[in-house]
Amino acid sequence: MKLAEKMFAIDRRWVYLALGLAVLISLKIPFSIPIPISKEARNIYNFIDTLKAGDAVHLAIDYDPSTLAELHPMTLSILKQCFEKKIKVVVTALHQNGPAMAAAALDTAAARHAARSGEQMKNGVDYVFLGYKPYPALIILGMGQNYRIPFPTDYFNVPIDSLPMMKHIQNYDDVKAILNVSGTSATDYWISYGNGRYKVPLAIGVTGVMATDYYPYWQTGQIFGILGGLKGAAEYETLVGTPGKAVQGMKVQMVAHLIIIVFIIIGNIGYFAQRKKREQSA
Amino acid sequence: MDWSTTIATTVAALLTLAVFSFLYKDNPFYKFAEHLMVGVSAGYWVIILWYTVVIPKMWQPLEAGKWYYIFPILLGILMWARLNRKWSWVSRYPLAFYIGVSTGVAIPLEMKAKIIEQLNGSVDLVTYMHSSQATGMGILNNVLILIGIMAALVYFFFSKAHTGATGGIAKFGIGVLMVGFGASFGFTVMARISLLIERLQFLLFEWLKWG
Repeated sequence: MKLAEKMFAIDRRWVYLALGLAVLISLKIPFSIPIPISKEARNIYNFIDTLKAGDAVHLAIDYDPSTLAELHPMTLSILKQCFEKKIKVVVTALHQNGPAMAAAALDTAAARHAARSGEQMKNGVDYVFLGYKPYPALIILGMGQNYRIPFPTDYFNVPIDSLPMMKHIQNYDDVKAILNVSGTSATDYWISYGNGRYKVPLAIGVTGVMATDYYPYWQTGQIFGILGGLKGAAEYETLVGTPGKAVQGMKVQMVAHLIIIVFIIIGNIGYFAQRKKREQSA
Repeated sequence: MDWSTTIATTVAALLTLAVFSFLYKDNPFYKFAEHLMVGVSAGYWVIILWYTVVIPKMWQPLEAGKWYYIFPILLGILMWARLNRKWSWVSRYPLAFYIGVSTGVAIPLEMKAKIIEQLNGSVDLVTYMHSSQATGMGILNNVLILIGIMAALVYFFFSKAHTGATGGIAKFGIGVLMVGFGASFGFTVMARISLLIERLQFLLFEWLKWG
């Protein structure tokens, strides 16, 4: 078998091995790459940055463990910024597997904030976790009238009227924006029913697979910011000044993409060599 | 790290390796991890729905004397008629109710958010060019977007044969669509690699404590 044919017929397991080794090695080698900040990421950061202490935002955590790699760093960075700015956060999860993600993110962000500043963030005072309810469209519409309609109690079964933070929060009029971090179609519901029906400012953080679908809404102004995939997460980690897993992941992405490009070139050389051979023999 | 966390992390790491083993070839370890995930997910969803729907939306209102909750509960029970061939037609009533309500809620808002606002966005591209804030680069950008939109729409216009000028524009439209698909593909590759990176970060730094 000639070299060109061998290149075309390469076993895909070699590609997996090369990619795995490239990711492993580049995780261990200390180097960094610049993370340029996009306008759509900076918009979200600037929006939260200009809020006053005591203002409230709604953080909708609508993802499950399968998209945790890209979305959890976004959630943690947004929570860090809110906690540091003393912005109240109303948290919901409209995906069945979302409550565990939201609870883990709140615990981690609160623990990190306590380690940095010595200040304990309290549920019901600094943030409220309302939990999960099915049928996102109806829940989003219900919360627009009053949070108490779909969520008479919070995730821990405490009546939300008894939570100090919720005394002045009735509906979307009382939150400055909705920040939706999502790996599901919940984002569509937030655009159509949250922003569309109630005109509440909306920003989104979505997986890389979803990102291009939502850029048209950024162009029309229906969303004021968008974080797309691990790159968006890395941008936000950089903006809040805590480079973490996403920033570390972006340098590995670069190496992995180079490997993929090399394999695409090898595959194409093999393909064109085979085609030329077929044409010559015909 | 306490023992329970160590055991949980080790189980998670072994299951991750079991899933990765599929990259070599299908095997019992992968099958076990796959079935475990499906089973655990289904069990988790049942419990979540039990405590977020059945108890607070069915049981508690009835206990509190709100007898009219019996109507939606009955509609829900009728859905189960699908399991019986003779009575499956009964399930059409709750389905019809559900689809009717959903459609009524969805059509005006979806139409506004996904069609009218998008059309407005395209018109805004033109109005921007006549505004005082327009810059050379901004105008060029908007012209390109407008040409791209029109060309992509021509590609989907089948009432006229794609020959001559129409064919040329449609061909350009395919190019525009390809650019869109390319961007989606690039993001998808990044997303898939992100999953691999996160799992390897977990295995290296949280499980093996390597570094």
